[in-house]
Amino acid sequence: MTATLSSPPATRTPAARRPRRPRERTPADLWSVVGSAISALCLNWLIFYRFTDGASLFGFALCSYVTFLVLFTVVTRDRLGRLVAADRVMTVVVMSAGVIVMVPLLLLIGYILIEGVKALRITFFVRDQLGITPLMDSTAGGGAHAIVGTLEQVGLALLWSLPLGLAAAVFLNESRSKWRRPVRIFVDAMSGLPSIIAGLFIFATLILPFGHTGGLFGFNGFMASLALAITMLPTITRTVEVVLRLVPDGLREASLAMGASRARTVWSVVFPTARTGMTTAVVLGIARAVGETAPLLFTAFGYDLMNTNPFSGAQESLPLFVYRNIRKPDLSAIARGFAGALVLMLIVLALFAVARYLGRDRSKRRAASNRRRSAALSSAAASSAGASS
Amino acid sequence: MTDLATSDTVDLTDQTTRSASRPASSVALIGGPPPGAATLEARDACAWFGDHLVLEGVDLTMPAGKVTALIGPSGCGKSTFLRLLNRMHELIPGAALDGHILLDGEDIYENGRRAQQIRMRVGMVFQKPNPFPAMTIRENVLSGLKLARIKCDDKDGLVEESLSRASLWKEVRDRLDRPGGALSGGQQQRLCIARSLAVQPNVLLMDEPCSALDPTSTRRVEETIAELRDNVTVVIVTHNMQQAQRVSDRCAFFLAEENQPGFVVEQGTTHDMFSNPVDTRTLNYVQGRFG
Repeated sequence: MTATLSSPPATRTPAARRPRRPRERTPADLWSVVGSAISALCLNWLIFYRFTDGASLFGFALCSYVTFLVLFTVVTRDRLGRLVAADRVMTVVVMSAGVIVMVPLLLLIGYILIEGVKALRITFFVRDQLGITPLMDSTAGGGAHAIVGTLEQVGLALLWSLPLGLAAAVFLNESRSKWRRPVRIFVDAMSGLPSIIAGLFIFATLILPFGHTGGLFGFNGFMASLALAITMLPTITRTVEVVLRLVPDGLREASLAMGASRARTVWSVVFPTARTGMTTAVVLGIARAVGETAPLLFTAFGYDLMNTNPFSGAQESLPLFVYRNIRKPDLSAIARGFAGALVLMLIVLALFAVARYLGRDRSKRRAASNRRRSAALSSAAASSAGASS
Repeated sequence: MTDLATSDTVDLTDQTTRSASRPASSVALIGGPPPGAATLEARDACAWFGDHLVLEGVDLTMPAGKVTALIGPSGCGKSTFLRLLNRMHELIPGAALDGHILLDGEDIYENGRRAQQIRMRVGMVFQKPNPFPAMTIRENVLSGLKLARIKCDDKDGLVEESLSRASLWKEVRDRLDRPGGALSGGQQQRLCIARSLAVQPNVLLMDEPCSALDPTSTRRVEETIAELRDNVTVVIVTHNMQQAQRVSDRCAFFLAEENQPGFVVEQGTTHDMFSNPVDTRTLNYVQGRFG
């Protein structure tokens, strides 16, 4: 028996080749799903709306789903046997669970969207509540003061909590101290802290004793940022810690074996490797803080007019704006509250988009910027496009 | 048998690379290790993990500019011994040691001597290729400079030289800005070798560098070792008898009896170890009768 040479590729016609992906499902599989669903619906319609005078829609949906599962199991078992049937039924259950989880989220977002758009005009982003009376239309005035307040407070809170959180995460994951366990327990306990306690803490320790004259320790955005930082800190710490733990030890060893110090290793090897995850951690921290209302109640306090200085005077923020407006009796104020909620969601969305962009693979972004740079260089207007990166 | 350049391990296309990269380092580093290969000497080296003695009384000299292979069955302390040589052993919690490791006559475990300084002079290549995933190929090669705070005026030259010495330059010179993780396993391992070489160490430790590689990549790594031996002392742990025979000048055979610490049974030139070993256990091992 000798080995045979395969025929040279040239003898095969390339046109006859079609790339394909192996598939296990057949059209009959799809039809059995559709068929089971239709018969389940029909059977339950008969029971619910013909033989009886109709129970609730929820009961109809639940019974239809259960009937569908039973029918689908029986059909698949008959066609393909027990093993395949169990697999397919579990697939259907898991997929429908995924859909069901999406439903409340989509309903919530849809509701806010529909209600919020009614009162949302472009003026919302430039005006505050100066001169607004209950009888005025919901599109009058705006929430610019709340947007500014939210951005300032969350930005300051990030400034306080990010270095602390990163340092704590590095301590928990990269050091060999015996204090790691107690610190971890404290961080865990902090993440379970009701956020209103954070606000109360700032109120009781800073505002009450020192804030009589207003100023830096009165009701202002700075105090709010401290309270928000307390709520963000455990989120950032724990998320960053988990991400740092995912960095393979081999990389740390490689770095140390080249003569790097531990600090240098963390800074130049561990952080860049965990970059994407760390960005996610920051976004989670921001997302946690940006929607917090309770810590702001007795720190930022809320204010109807624009106050761009976070270090002096009461300040509005978007969650406070929503909270204060929705409690008012007049319909126009309630509509304005929904507009505020919509803007809050948009801001969170924008933050996520920014984080995804920053957290992108560094090499990919460099490749993109190289492409842009070379394109700019080849064009005549090279000088003006230099700052593309 | 000590001559590495046997006809089956070298092909003609690589001869050019080899002769081109033959001269030592042409790129000067500021703050790097002193130039040239260094002699490593272990005197009565012992190692513990917790209360468990894993290595006892190793006396071994690894002469400058030579390749020393550490052979022996798994779990006999070869890797632990290797990690003693550049103070990586102490990074493991609960690890302890005794005895002396001399680098050009100076004890690397002397009180007050900084481990970072030693690790810069004694580089290491690991069993599993571990290029830094967040860095490009070029940055990976230069990472040692950044990590050990070494300055270099001619970084491009250093990248080319290091990659050439690791016989990787031709394959990657057009994609130095691609991430290091995108290379094949064998290329990644050679990138790690290039990374270790960029700081111009006196000694290079290799912990089974070819165990995850295919025969072609293995051959290339072995050629790399052959090229390095003039400028760097190489200590290599290997399970592959043929590889030990091909690449090394000297050999040390480690063995651990059941529940006993590992020790060196026999050491000597590779030729002697493989053709007429003194100890029957060595004979049995190198002939593949156990282990």
